[in-house]
Amino acid sequence: MISIQTLRCAVLSTALIALTATAALAQKKYDTGASDAEIRIGNILPYSGPASAYGVIGRIEAAYFKMLNEQGGINGRKINFISYDDGYSPAKAVEQARKLVESDEVLFIAGALGTPSNSAIQKYMNARKVPQLFAASGATKFGDYKTFPWTMGWQPAYQSEGRIYAAHLLREKPDAKIAVLYQNDDFGKDLLKGLKDGLGDNAAMIVAEDSYEVAEPSIDSHIVKLKSSGADALVSITTPKFAAQALKKAAELDWKPTYFQSNVASSVGGVLKPAGFAIAQGVLSANYAKDGADAQWDDDAGMKNFYGFLAKYAPDANRADGAVVYGYGHAQTVAQVLKQAGDNLTRDNIMKQAANLKDFAPDTLLPGITINTSASDFHPIEQLQMMRFEGETWQLFGPIVTAEIGG
Amino acid sequence: MELLGNQILAGVATGAIYACMALAVVMIFQAIDQLNFAQGEMAMLSTFVGWQLMQWGVPYWGAFALTLLLSFAGGVAIERLLFKPLADAPILTHVAGFIALLAILNSVAGQTWDFTIKQFPTPFGWSPFLGSKLISTHQAGMIGVTLVLLALLYGFFQFTRIGLAMRAAASMPESARLVGINTSWMVALGWGMASAIGAIAGMLIAPVVFLEPNMMGGVLIYGFAAAVLGGLSSPLGAVVGGFLVGVFENLAGTYIPGVGNELKLPIALALIVTVLVLRPHGLFGRAVVKRV
Amino acid sequence: MSALQDLVTDVAAVPATPTKSLRLGMLASLAVLLLLLGAPLLLKSFVIFQITMVLIYAIAILGLNILTGGSGQVSLGHSAFYAIGAYSSAILIEHYDVHYGLTLPVAGVVCFAFGFLFGLPALRLSGVYLALATFALAIAMPQLLKLSVFERWTGGVQGLVVTKPDAPFGLPISQDVWLYGVTLAIALAVYLTAVNLLTSRSGRAMMAIRDNEIAACAMGVDVALYKTLAFGISAGITGVAGGLGAIAVQFVAPDSYTIQLAIALFVGMVVGGVGWLPGSLVGAGFIVFVPNLAEGISKGLSGAVFGVILILVIFLAPHGARQIATRVQHWMHRLRSK
Repeated sequence: MISIQTLRCAVLSTALIALTATAALAQKKYDTGASDAEIRIGNILPYSGPASAYGVIGRIEAAYFKMLNEQGGINGRKINFISYDDGYSPAKAVEQARKLVESDEVLFIAGALGTPSNSAIQKYMNARKVPQLFAASGATKFGDYKTFPWTMGWQPAYQSEGRIYAAHLLREKPDAKIAVLYQNDDFGKDLLKGLKDGLGDNAAMIVAEDSYEVAEPSIDSHIVKLKSSGADALVSITTPKFAAQALKKAAELDWKPTYFQSNVASSVGGVLKPAGFAIAQGVLSANYAKDGADAQWDDDAGMKNFYGFLAKYAPDANRADGAVVYGYGHAQTVAQVLKQAGDNLTRDNIMKQAANLKDFAPDTLLPGITINTSASDFHPIEQLQMMRFEGETWQLFGPIVTAEIGG
Repeated sequence: MELLGNQILAGVATGAIYACMALAVVMIFQAIDQLNFAQGEMAMLSTFVGWQLMQWGVPYWGAFALTLLLSFAGGVAIERLLFKPLADAPILTHVAGFIALLAILNSVAGQTWDFTIKQFPTPFGWSPFLGSKLISTHQAGMIGVTLVLLALLYGFFQFTRIGLAMRAAASMPESARLVGINTSWMVALGWGMASAIGAIAGMLIAPVVFLEPNMMGGVLIYGFAAAVLGGLSSPLGAVVGGFLVGVFENLAGTYIPGVGNELKLPIALALIVTVLVLRPHGLFGRAVVKRV
Repeated sequence: MSALQDLVTDVAAVPATPTKSLRLGMLASLAVLLLLLGAPLLLKSFVIFQITMVLIYAIAILGLNILTGGSGQVSLGHSAFYAIGAYSSAILIEHYDVHYGLTLPVAGVVCFAFGFLFGLPALRLSGVYLALATFALAIAMPQLLKLSVFERWTGGVQGLVVTKPDAPFGLPISQDVWLYGVTLAIALAVYLTAVNLLTSRSGRAMMAIRDNEIAACAMGVDVALYKTLAFGISAGITGVAGGLGAIAVQFVAPDSYTIQLAIALFVGMVVGGVGWLPGSLVGAGFIVFVPNLAEGISKGLSGAVFGVILILVIFLAPHGARQIATRVQHWMHRLRSK
């Protein structure tokens, strides 16, 4: 005799089996570049040429995926990370992107570096409907989900950083006379635009702006000129070498403005230590990631993971190098998207999952800062926190600011 | 008015960097009659060697002397291994060789010491020089060293047998060989000396611009400009050229309205080309009379 | 600078082509042409794109070769003309809706004018001084392109995105294959024109200047005119290549045309053989494929590997591909006469 209960049970389990079966069938979906065994990811970085300092990002990412593979891969699949050199030339970037998509047949490209290279491949990637994930550039245009639904940025837009400095100035020093030193490229101009937008009607607070070229050996004369403008605040939109030069020259001239240092060159070990801790006291900046050489994170759980990873998989990498921290956090985000995608490894679903990151916190991001994306928000990291340099570390202060850039 | 004075002083300080590099450029030009595009990277590598020695605990002056010796040997070795076998190749092939050397040195330095900037010590200190905040004792020291080097080079080329032999070997190799000069070794010697001077330039420049594999790229362009402006055959011209370029560039950047700041470097380069058009052999160079 | 003038006279040491082996050269050219024509049938579209880039750089190097190999003037700044050509095309296509085919001759003419004008002061300079002046031009170019005054047209530091043309008349071929065809046709036309130019009266005048300026002058060659003309023509050809490059890459930005590009073109010319026009294709292949090979060997040291390969090449063939071609010709000749 079969009780009703058993019957119900049987019916239920049959239904359940049927359900899981259809689900399993539905789940295992692949596009080019994915299979039961592996997932191919493409990447383009300047290993040679003028921007070769960033090549280390690729080495860290490759090491990170190697670690994942040794731990069994993602959902049982090994990651095959194929990274090519574009020498920071847009023409070469297009060639490499096509090679990755058409010859190596990668599932998607993640972390191509630089505004010019990403701009150059953006149209191609979108025409081909291959995800161009987490472009390593702070240009606002890599979050334009309407025109380019296959392209997504990663780090905070340079413009948001500019706005945060503007907000700080308006709040703390509304009568400031601001001098701006900026690098004459997309990074410098974007950050400057954010600063001006943030100041709004008070843009006249900027009394002097001066740009420099990366080809200049020394930027001393710019600092001399900016000082003579009588400014009492300096926004230094610079990359590491020039940031250190500017700090040092301002100190030599005995000029002590309220000093803002752009995030890309706020590294303790990579900029402030070589420039001299003594002259860097009180410098302001904003950040979203922990500094690899800042002692305050030595006991941080996330950074312990990071240091452990470095020790085992990239022992010769310099943890003071901001690019090393960057590569780790970046690779972790890519891995998260793949985890979320599960067995549905279509390009469509990759893009869907990349646009569905909720409160994801890579080990290297500041406490409280998380990655959030949605179908109408293609800017993964949008939060920054102000910080002031004291002693030998950055002291975070104030609230975590979310600066969304319209458009 | 104060700004003008400040910019001129800052220009002189930066000009010292260019002058230092220009001396190395003139040195190699005296030996091989060409511009060596890898010279900046050679100087950069020498500076890294000096830095590494100091990291290992060698005191500044010991490291300095050792770096000079190593750089000299390295320069000679590069000539013997790379360019001597190419002696019969066309000049443009040599230029391609310089480019290859540049790529190799830059990449090797990046791989060995990575691309983060490094502080390089100075023996002169950073206090204000003669009470002026605009020029530090290091920069004054750099100008001093440049002038001493200039005097030494001038003496070497004018008064020593070997200096004269080197000039002869570069400008008229065949005649020099006829009078018994070993021209092949003269060239190697020139490479060694240029490399050593480059090392001095690198070690003086690094405290100002910070040490990293790309630190000499911009400096070399200005060094070329300075040397060519002054006339490639004249060490004095190179030094004067260096200071002129430094000062002019700052003044153009400060006082030319509108595009001055954006086009600091192009304006400086345009001026140099203009000078060259008027005086094709530079301010202090001798015109070469061509025989038919 | 006597030394720098030697360079091209040196090349003349390579024995002149005997008439008999002209046929051999002809055969080789035909074989290459057939391969290039057949390529779209056999290869993946990405390889076709790569070969398109090779052809484009070959045109640019050919332009440089006419200047250096033809008239003996050295340029380390041809990236500047390539950039002007690229921007001319890009601006006309994107802002004025001009048909891409029409923008190429415009790019050529604009660059001819710039080259001719630059050739005037360059007349006074020779050897290293000229090399430095052109080097300066290459360094200044990205900064000029960034100028805020021109930002309305150039897009400033952000650059301009260019639309890639479809095949006309509804032809059933992809954009890549169509662009490849266009590039191949232009490359052929430029090559044939260049060969004819060098063997014409003007070409002989240029080469006379290259070999001995004073003698040429004495024979009544208008030295100034031919030298500036050579500069103009060279820049014009490189400009056409720049325009094609902008269309193929679909993007122009100041960072695309740095001194790196000038150096690459120069290296391509040396590897191909200075003054030997077919060598331009070999040189272009070198600058496109060897960096890929180098990074395949080592990522961290890709620059060093590239340098080592370049040194090996110039050790084995200091006169470039031309030397190898002559040697092969020589062997074939000996084999046949046996």
